Amino acid sequence: MSTTPSIKNTDLEELERIAKRIRYNIVKMIGLAKSGHPGGSLSATDIIVALYFKIMNHDPKNPDKKDRDIFVLSKGHACPALYAVLAELGYFDKEELWKLRKVGALLQGHPSISIPGVEASTGSLGQGFSVAVGMALGCKLDKLNNTVYVLLGDGECQEGQVWEAAMAAHHYKLDNLIGFIDRNKLQIDGCTEDVMSLGDLKEKFKAFGWDVFEIDGHNFQEIIETVNTAKSLKNGKPKMIIANTVKGKGISFMEDKVEFHGKAPSEEELERALKELSEDI
Amino acid sequence: MKYKLGEKKGMRVAYGETLVKLGKEFPNLVVLDADLSGSTKTSMFAKVFPDRFFNVGVAEQNMMGMAAGLARMGKLVFASTFAMFATGRAWEQIRNSIAYPNLNVKIVATHSGITVGEDGATHQMTEDMAIMRCIPNMRVISPTDYYETKSVIEWCARNEGPVYVRMPRRDTETVFASEEDAKFQFGKGRILEEGSDVTIVATGEMVPEAIKALELLKQEGIDAQLISMATIKPIDEDMIVNSTNDLIVSVEDHNIIGGLGSAIGEIIADHGLNKRLLRLGIRDVFGISGSATDLLRYYRLDGESIYRRVVEELRG
Repeated sequence: MSTTPSIKNTDLEELERIAKRIRYNIVKMIGLAKSGHPGGSLSATDIIVALYFKIMNHDPKNPDKKDRDIFVLSKGHACPALYAVLAELGYFDKEELWKLRKVGALLQGHPSISIPGVEASTGSLGQGFSVAVGMALGCKLDKLNNTVYVLLGDGECQEGQVWEAAMAAHHYKLDNLIGFIDRNKLQIDGCTEDVMSLGDLKEKFKAFGWDVFEIDGHNFQEIIETVNTAKSLKNGKPKMIIANTVKGKGISFMEDKVEFHGKAPSEEELERALKELSEDI
Repeated sequence: MKYKLGEKKGMRVAYGETLVKLGKEFPNLVVLDADLSGSTKTSMFAKVFPDRFFNVGVAEQNMMGMAAGLARMGKLVFASTFAMFATGRAWEQIRNSIAYPNLNVKIVATHSGITVGEDGATHQMTEDMAIMRCIPNMRVISPTDYYETKSVIEWCARNEGPVYVRMPRRDTETVFASEEDAKFQFGKGRILEEGSDVTIVATGEMVPEAIKALELLKQEGIDAQLISMATIKPIDEDMIVNSTNDLIVSVEDHNIIGGLGSAIGEIIADHGLNKRLLRLGIRDVFGISGSATDLLRYYRLDGESIYRRVVEELRG
């Protein structure tokens, strides 16, 4: 898999179909686990699908290959999306998805490097961002031509460590680092702007020396084109893509609902959700 | 006595010197510091290998995260700052980003314990061994002197996985005659002197003080066994189990809760040993400003105080 600059309509349709399948598996695995974070997994799905199915250079058969592109899920609670994608690509058996969060299962409640394809153990917010900065620096030291991607939550940006990492990425001129903020505007306790206002994230990252882009995080064309632009700017500046998203995206009764941040669907809700998603996948 | 105290030499200087040596041997060795490189002596490495030294500024949490990321990319990472900020400020980053994924990061902290001195309580880290010891995958080492520090740092470079090494700010008397003499054996205590009345187990900068105490005890006719315990985790269980004396005295520049004394207490409890344990250290209080020498006397951790407390315990 490698980056292709031009995007065909058939490719976009294919990505939409994959994303729907991923969402189906996300809701199913959280439903079966009776535990997990559907809202933020669904808002981040399209970004993760675009990265793994269209953008990144990676090989499920050789997950440690030296020049691979790297993805760090700093908002680790969205791991059902990552797990579903990794399973779809063959990093591990799909059956593992249905054992999520169970004793003895491969798939932990938050990402662990013991899971094939997972690059960093994350979930304690803010930490994955620093790890990604360290990785990008390591790649630069080894003169690799790859890209390190990191996905943050918007609520996560309330962590002080995020801004320490942002400062360092600029200081070390890490233009091989591309961040995404899953700007779904909700966190566990409510709207981000009510809990602790984030203000203008675009201006904040600009002030920290980053190139900043703002996109619709559910539009594959925008995601892919913006990453291509970001990658082409070898100007010594790290890149941040603020992706406006909808929490719970793809399932009518979960969309924009704060209660589905960290709550599994009931049996009846699961049935409804799967029915909504099951058309043409 | 086999071991004689030598001139005072800085363990942190030994750290800096050894990093420079290892930098030549390990092209993947990188060093991180958080604006204290002059004090931690990582500046010595920075001077020789500027391209492999990263001063991340006053941002310890990010330093530990970056250390994890660099290690994940195959780097051998040494991350340094004062013990307070390394283990206190960035504890959870060490736990979740470094220890949980079992990454090859060596956290080498200077300015441990009360002997930081004049800077006072906010900079005197007397809880670091406790909070590092309870993290799975983490090994904890408190070197004895300048020479052993060199050997410990070498060991760190040659062995995979996370390690926490603590050392004091002040220069302390050497205990060993050379690096060879000090050859570090991970997980093993070292019997510096045999004795049949009491076993004194000291760690780090407290070993020279314990040696001073031993001389005084000898004059008093008390025959003390002295163990230098550089590895705090995993601690040398056999050495404690096999010690034949009824009284064990632990000596550490650390809170008596959670460090060397606690680790020995756990062994005594686990094995149901019929032994008394006197824990010498900081008795669950915050420190105060003062010179290192005055503070050791104030907290009754200098050689003479250790001697007096052992006598009090034995003779009542």
